[in-house]
Amino acid sequence: MRIYADNAATTPMCPAALAAMLHCMEERYGNPSSLHTPGQRAKETLETAREEIAALLHAAPRELTFTSGGSEADNQALRSAAALGRRQGKTHIISTAFEHHAVLHTLDRLAREGFSVTLLDVHTDGLVRPEELEAAIRPDTCLVSVMYANNEIGTVQPIRELGAICRARGVLFHTDAVQAVGQLPIDVQADHIDLLSASAHKFHGPKGVGFLYARRGVALTPLIEGGAQERGKRAGTENVPAVAGMAAALRESAAQMEQNAARLIPLRDRLIEGLQTIPHAARNGDALRRLPGNVSFCFEGIEGEALLLLLDDRGIAASSGSACTSGALDPSHVLLAIGRSHDVAHGSLRLSLGPETTEAEIDYIIENVRDVVEYLRGFSPVWRERAEGKAPFVL
Amino acid sequence: MALYSEKVMDHFRNPRNVGVIPDADGVGQVGNAKCGDIMKMYLKITDGVIADVKFETFGCGSAIASSSMATELIKGKPVSEALALTNKAVAEALDGLPDYKLHCSVLAEQAVRAALEDYETRVREKTQ
Repeated sequence: MRIYADNAATTPMCPAALAAMLHCMEERYGNPSSLHTPGQRAKETLETAREEIAALLHAAPRELTFTSGGSEADNQALRSAAALGRRQGKTHIISTAFEHHAVLHTLDRLAREGFSVTLLDVHTDGLVRPEELEAAIRPDTCLVSVMYANNEIGTVQPIRELGAICRARGVLFHTDAVQAVGQLPIDVQADHIDLLSASAHKFHGPKGVGFLYARRGVALTPLIEGGAQERGKRAGTENVPAVAGMAAALRESAAQMEQNAARLIPLRDRLIEGLQTIPHAARNGDALRRLPGNVSFCFEGIEGEALLLLLDDRGIAASSGSACTSGALDPSHVLLAIGRSHDVAHGSLRLSLGPETTEAEIDYIIENVRDVVEYLRGFSPVWRERAEGKAPFVL
Repeated sequence: MALYSEKVMDHFRNPRNVGVIPDADGVGQVGNAKCGDIMKMYLKITDGVIADVKFETFGCGSAIASSSMATELIKGKPVSEALALTNKAVAEALDGLPDYKLHCSVLAEQAVRAALEDYETRVREKTQ
């Protein structure tokens, strides 16, 4: 059996996106900046895609800027809001400890440039508390950035409440919605979102393309200087086929969102229930307020990379927040942010389900994870110590 | 492109000398759970020769493979030869490790050394 359970890392492209791209590459090869007919036809494809994506988010087409993906959108959102803040003498930014590195590393950079940064606690359930945001806002706060849904533990934040607080206090609100777009219904107006980042390959579109939503009146600072593409906010000839593929993928994801969630949630919960029967294992993140396809666990006494490799041998593609999977020394900052100890965080496993996942696959995953965890614990000195009562269990 | 060499994968999938020696003559443990790697080596030594060796490892694929290879390299060898085991020898015997995994072979060398030092300490205490 081959099971792809790493849809939070990336998704396979849907046929509609692929068809849209191929059509575009064959027929709409013009440069959208050209005045001639092939150019104008490519321009038309680009603008139709913009209109479609905007409508799905309850945004206006001119509020969308196409980027190379989620990381670029995050960088530009933060840089732009910081520049606007600086102009008003406001140099305080609020975010959370478990943001994606595209946000955290940009914040580090801004901190070196004189901004002060407050990171909100995400608690053991992986959820930001609106009242804590309210209390953290200062007169000099220029931006709040909280991800819509966490990429690792899947928790979905109370975005509408957070957005309302920011709007009432006159602070710009950015959300990294890379994991949420295509999975959850998003309404930038009702959610009071000023800036939103998205990436196409997380919703069955192509890699290397995404977008940044910036509410009308929120001026963007270009990261790339050059031509006047994207209303001067992002220079460089537009990746028309990728944008067309992204629009087709989002259209399809949006159309299937409800039925997809209705199918995935019981599968997700079946998987969580099954993994919970493994001794000294714990789910990461709130049980209910999580993405329909996200399952995240920590298993005591084992290391995640070994677990991943053995699961891969059995046909299961998953991921882990273990340090060894990334070449870093510390395990995932997300797991540390929700209070997992280092050794337990090394033994983490993320399974992210997709529209193809079946019940039989879920049962196969449970059986094999149980098996591999037991095998690795069989020669783990950490496990032995705890099993023999020489050290306390953490989970 | 595979993450690891076939040798590493072989030793990871089928680790040699896994387990515990209850009446070991020397035991060494290195690494810490915080960093995600712990290796424990058990040695049985007869007439100055490593008659048996077993290991337990909490760690990634290359940590498990490095421990396994280290046990193979010292089994049946005189203590003096085992003391000379280097991380380089472990990594080479595995047909190489990715740069950021070389510390796993260092850990394997240290685990062998720690077990041998424990053995020597015990011998010294017995003769005193």
